Amino acid sequence: MKFGVIVFPGSNCDHDAFHAASQNFGQQAEYIWHDSDGLGDVDAVILPGGFAYGDYLRCGAIAKFSKVMGAVRRFARDGGLVLGVCNGFQILVEAGLLPGALIRNRGLKFICREVGLRVETRSPFTSAARIGQVLRMPIAHGEGCYIGDERTLDELEAEDRVAFRYVDNPNGSMRDIAGILSKERNVMGMMPHPERACDPLMGSSDGLLVFQSMLEAAVRV
Amino acid sequence: MTTASITPEMIAQHQLTPEEYRKIVAILGREPSYTELGIFSVMWSEHCSYKSSRVHLKKLPTRGTLVVQGPGENAGIIDIGGGYVIAFKIESHNHPSFIEPFQGAATGVGGILRDIFTMGARPIAVMDSLRFGKLDDAETGARNRRILAGVVAGIAHYGNCFGVPTVGGECIFESCYDGNPLVNVFALGVCRKEDVFYAKASGAGNPVIYVGARTGRDGIHGASMASAEFTEESKQKRPNVQVGDPFMEKLLLEACIEAMQTGAIVGIQDMGAAGLTCSTCEMGSRGGVGIEIELDRVPQRETGMTAYETMLSESQERMLLVAEKGREEEVYRVFRKWGLEAAEIGVVTGDGKLRVKQHGETVAEIPNRELADEAPVYNRPYTRPMRAAAQTPVMPPVDIQAALAPLMRSADICSKRWIWEQYDYQVRTNTVAGPERTDAAILRIKETGTSVAMSLDGNGRYCYLDPREGAKLAVAECCRNLATVGALPVAATNCLNFGNPERPEIMAQLVEAIEGMSDACRFFDTPITGGNVSLYNETLGEGVYPTPVLGIVGLLKTSLPVTIPFKNAGRSVVLLGGAGGSNDLDFGGTQYAKTIVKKLWGLPPALDMEYEKRVHDAMREILEAGLAESAHDLSDGGLAVAVAECSFGAAEIGAQLDLDSDLRPEMLCFHEGPSRILISTAQPGMVQSIAERHGVEAPVVGVTIEKGIEIRQRAVTLGSWEISSLKSAYDHALETQLQSSQTGA
Repeated sequence: MKFGVIVFPGSNCDHDAFHAASQNFGQQAEYIWHDSDGLGDVDAVILPGGFAYGDYLRCGAIAKFSKVMGAVRRFARDGGLVLGVCNGFQILVEAGLLPGALIRNRGLKFICREVGLRVETRSPFTSAARIGQVLRMPIAHGEGCYIGDERTLDELEAEDRVAFRYVDNPNGSMRDIAGILSKERNVMGMMPHPERACDPLMGSSDGLLVFQSMLEAAVRV
Repeated sequence: MTTASITPEMIAQHQLTPEEYRKIVAILGREPSYTELGIFSVMWSEHCSYKSSRVHLKKLPTRGTLVVQGPGENAGIIDIGGGYVIAFKIESHNHPSFIEPFQGAATGVGGILRDIFTMGARPIAVMDSLRFGKLDDAETGARNRRILAGVVAGIAHYGNCFGVPTVGGECIFESCYDGNPLVNVFALGVCRKEDVFYAKASGAGNPVIYVGARTGRDGIHGASMASAEFTEESKQKRPNVQVGDPFMEKLLLEACIEAMQTGAIVGIQDMGAAGLTCSTCEMGSRGGVGIEIELDRVPQRETGMTAYETMLSESQERMLLVAEKGREEEVYRVFRKWGLEAAEIGVVTGDGKLRVKQHGETVAEIPNRELADEAPVYNRPYTRPMRAAAQTPVMPPVDIQAALAPLMRSADICSKRWIWEQYDYQVRTNTVAGPERTDAAILRIKETGTSVAMSLDGNGRYCYLDPREGAKLAVAECCRNLATVGALPVAATNCLNFGNPERPEIMAQLVEAIEGMSDACRFFDTPITGGNVSLYNETLGEGVYPTPVLGIVGLLKTSLPVTIPFKNAGRSVVLLGGAGGSNDLDFGGTQYAKTIVKKLWGLPPALDMEYEKRVHDAMREILEAGLAESAHDLSDGGLAVAVAECSFGAAEIGAQLDLDSDLRPEMLCFHEGPSRILISTAQPGMVQSIAERHGVEAPVVGVTIEKGIEIRQRAVTLGSWEISSLKSAYDHALETQLQSSQTGA
């Protein structure tokens, strides 16, 4: 399997996602520059964390206009797996590939902390874990408070599209939401960092379950 | 060249003495132009020239088998084996952080990061050493809280966006830092040994290229500001503080590292203090060449800037590089890819001069070497250091039981989680041990399979009592922190924060601290490879405690770290190094004296370096043998505080200690004698036999237990505590102090 890691100016978890996919998880990985027209022959795309375009204006607001986002949209429309982590989640929301919005954390401060995440559903990103299983992964964000209007949130729940919830909500996210799926379930955005939890030396290997799930889904396709 | 007539007032305004001015005239063979006067004033400022400290800095050891680059470059470089090196340095940004805490601290981070990647090394870790006034002071508390919040947010803003983890540091509160906080930032990077770049120009005819942010009027005379005391007028210097753009810096990092790989770059230096002036003349001086630049070609974001302003601007996120003639396009291609502006602003010449042109006219022409390296050097007079009164105050009645909780929630000792959770301490996935997990931060080097440990330490109280011993103790503490995680210390960097060196008693503190540090660094085999001197840390005539801060790095094999908390009940608790000694005099610098007695007196604790080193050797061997389940060195607050901190793990495993000692109970519990590490182990006999081989005491002082902490002395209980209430006080103290402010208290 080959993971494509998008590199926006200001992405800073791109190397980490690449390392997790290639070294910790042992699959192929390649970087995709932000002004690329296409995604090549990758089986899944990761939008990594960081501060794309400095997060100026609003997190992800400029990145959504990158040339590569056209290719990401087409890839998603054709059923390709797209994972947005942290800033990547913010970009997917800005780009309209996922509903809702991410705003300043309750408390208004950046938070870096390991949190517990409860797996809420089966999906191409969670199938290697049990529903109800609590995974340990770090968060590191200033604007990770997930919000949406009641209808959006009800719809997400009714369609079983909440992938992860925080066990102990760190940032004020509505309904404790930490990660969500698109309607077709092939696009996921999450604030916690699975790529930082792929090695016992980093304190947790639970992030590998996300990569494992994606591999299983890609093989099935 | 049009020469303005330079008046004595203009000379004084530029903080140059009449003798210094005469030297300038002698070098030039004529009166300087106004631009040249400005150029000399920044290059010969204390901040850039080290004119007061240089004669003493020469006493520091700078050589070692692993040292690839010592002082004199943008950062020191150490060989870590496997074909890789690390580059690291510490720098202060004290004055700007007082005037504008957020941007002052942010640009402090930006500056030190550029120092690292200009050497070709990708930054992989930042740590910071912070000093503030007391948060609960009735008069100054509100301002101190605002400065702390601003500094932390500034560091977080810059480091998090740039993508470098901030993995540890220290933070201390004393009234002497009320009007003069200290913000010292340490950064470390890694690269292949053959990929190191130097800030050296060479090859007459080679183009000089400017890259990064445009030049504005911000930060003009920042270096001179950092070389004067604060007065009421300093507040008007806010425009001297620059504004940082971490996103621009991230692009610069990636672009510079990629451009370096083209092989077309000859030399490169960041524009930090004294901006374009410093980078041009230093690169020229190091290479023994001249540099000619045309200011009309410098990218500017304001119109009508004079030559003086352009040369002295400290706008951030700018780099200067010399490329190989004919290969410019390879360099430009990389910068274009990253969306950065690059411009050829001049050329390397053979005449050894810095020649600055504007509108075709020469506005400055100064020999590089004299400008960069011939700054006046002062052997300023010094007396004995100022000392606190060396008498022992009457100790109030001792209540050990009641003393521990106030110590655990004191600002110096309490958890700094409120600070470090605002920092991304994990990005780049190398952080094996981040803040408060171990005594030293540990970063793995993915490329070599080994790890680097690092520790920052400085103790202003000890240095105020005795600068020489205080500086030695800081070196010892850093090395002990490294030993506690199993690392072998290999090199050091220092940041010397002192008051006005023109006062002989302050100069004496500086001299003694440097000599003490020099002795200790020589002894522990940790050469100083670079650093920073920050003088004039005074506001309205009130100096800070002499605060030399050490950053020491060590090497170790990559493995799961042995962390601070006790892991299992029923393990033996060994006090490696023994209970140590104390007396009325050297108890006066402890946290107990500060928090409970509310006084400072006497001397710092006595240090036996030979013994200290043996403790480190024993500790490393104990870890190597896999015998320790937890390890934590004794420092601020002594034994009782260390035991409490070891009990704050998720499982809240505590300990029951019973010490066979003649020390007075308060000294037994709270003295801060060095050379001691608390270990829990399932194999105390093996630990003791290693210790014995190293000639180190290692009494079994107790056992870990499921619940609570108890300390006894020869079977008499001195105190017993419930863990959760102590832990809660420790965890939330800082936040509580900061929040009480917001309600207007």
